[in-house]
Amino acid sequence: MRDLLNKRAGARAATLISLPLLWLVVLYIGSLFALFITSIWQIDTFTSKIVREFTLQNFIDVFTDRAYFNVTIRTLFVAICVTIICAVIAIPMAFFIARVAKEKSRPVLIALLITPLWASYLVKIYAWRTMFYPEKGFINWLISPIGLSSPGFGIFAVIIGLTYLWLPYMILPIYAGMEKLPTSILDASSDLGAKSARTFFSVILPITWPAIIAGSIFTFSLSMGDYITVQILGGTFQMLGNVVYQNFSLNLPFAAAVALIPVIIMMVYLSSIRKTGALDNL
Amino acid sequence: MKISKAAKVFLYLMMGFGFSFIYVPLLLVVINSFNTNTSFAWPPTGFTTSWWGKAVVNEGVKDAITRSAVVALFATTIALFLGSLAAAAISRYKFFGRDTISLLFVLPIALPGIVTGIALNNVFTNFLGELTIFTIIVGHATFCIVVVFNNVAARYRRLGANLEEASMDLGANRFTTYRLVTFPLLRSALLAGALLSFALSFDEIIVTTFTAGAGQATLPIWIFQNLFRPNQAPIVNVVAAALILISIIPIYLSQRLTQEKSN
Repeated sequence: MRDLLNKRAGARAATLISLPLLWLVVLYIGSLFALFITSIWQIDTFTSKIVREFTLQNFIDVFTDRAYFNVTIRTLFVAICVTIICAVIAIPMAFFIARVAKEKSRPVLIALLITPLWASYLVKIYAWRTMFYPEKGFINWLISPIGLSSPGFGIFAVIIGLTYLWLPYMILPIYAGMEKLPTSILDASSDLGAKSARTFFSVILPITWPAIIAGSIFTFSLSMGDYITVQILGGTFQMLGNVVYQNFSLNLPFAAAVALIPVIIMMVYLSSIRKTGALDNL
Repeated sequence: MKISKAAKVFLYLMMGFGFSFIYVPLLLVVINSFNTNTSFAWPPTGFTTSWWGKAVVNEGVKDAITRSAVVALFATTIALFLGSLAAAAISRYKFFGRDTISLLFVLPIALPGIVTGIALNNVFTNFLGELTIFTIIVGHATFCIVVVFNNVAARYRRLGANLEEASMDLGANRFTTYRLVTFPLLRSALLAGALLSFALSFDEIIVTTFTAGAGQATLPIWIFQNLFRPNQAPIVNVVAAALILISIIPIYLSQRLTQEKSN
């Protein structure tokens, strides 16, 4: 591009990027930074006011207390389950629509899949609340004839609820990835004698991997920070977000220290997948 | 490509399972909004439209919808402006730190909402003193920028620079090139980004919880506040059902956009 040869190109790029960068760096990164400065301060236990004196006590509490370690593991477990279930549901559906369905019916199928993306977050969780309601909910009605009863609110309901919420975020990038698969490669695979399953695991999955990872950023991160779904569907079950929320008004430094856990996990995750090219598939 | 019969049956089963997983809960909400029984009991005990009548005249609902729409409109406007500027800079120029900056533009949606929420809350309450509708807009714009940026940057990547170069080789200056060549090519991506950003903002609850002042309930916050109040439950259900039905509009619009793209 000839701009690269132009000496003023740098100035033009700087002009374009300055305003958005100012917003993100000063406001967003600045706020995050301020929050984590807070985490090395302490509070006056009587007034709950922040005292600006250095302490590592918040981090010592977070990392040595078994309870917070368990919450972190539980949260990771939920986020991983949600991501895997989303992928297991999304991959066959995306493949079917992109590769098996007739070209004419594709836009309709995609529209039907995106519908829940536009439905409100709370509406979806509300819907699952009515599904899981113990003793009188839909699931209970559905499975009571075979002698089972609704699992009620708890970790299972949270995983299903979060899967439902973030499923479209997984389907869309995977669908885009499947659509780009060259037909010749798939033909070559079956011409060389590979069965459907072999073609899927040796050809389709490796090629669409960056798209699946791109989807997992959303399902993973969104699950990890959630506390509202947990409040509505979790019963007494708690995740990291709930711990942050509960401490937020009483002990902000401690809440900030806890909030650092998902941030660190996300940063590690993001930098480890950068090389897969997943970020270009968002 | 040949697909074995077993694989085909499996795919059809997964489609059936997937679609019932997606639609049964939503359908249930719509059906329940006509249920005479005020609890969540299934099956419904009778048919009534009285909850819809009560929800339509509910002041709290009306107030919350207006506030959500205003917030989403302003946040989307800011995001369109800043997001498309950033996409142009990152897609069309090479400069020091570009990769870091493009990673930075993923952060507001990649980091958990509660972290963004309490970070902004901390800064707003310390520097501005109180939370207002303005702070909700600023909070929403922060992640809406990312949505617009992603849409527009993806379009830039797909377009390549040939058309713009041709335009400038033919003597058009940068402004004319943008007006007559780049912008028309970006238009549907901008629209799609705006639509998504509006929907995200309208629906956001986590960042909103921490950036909204007292008495500044947006629609999601209103729903959450009333979810556990037994006497409000039927009205919450009607609002939920209405939101499901209204969500058909953006789907219709985005379908139109993709058709425009393929033509």
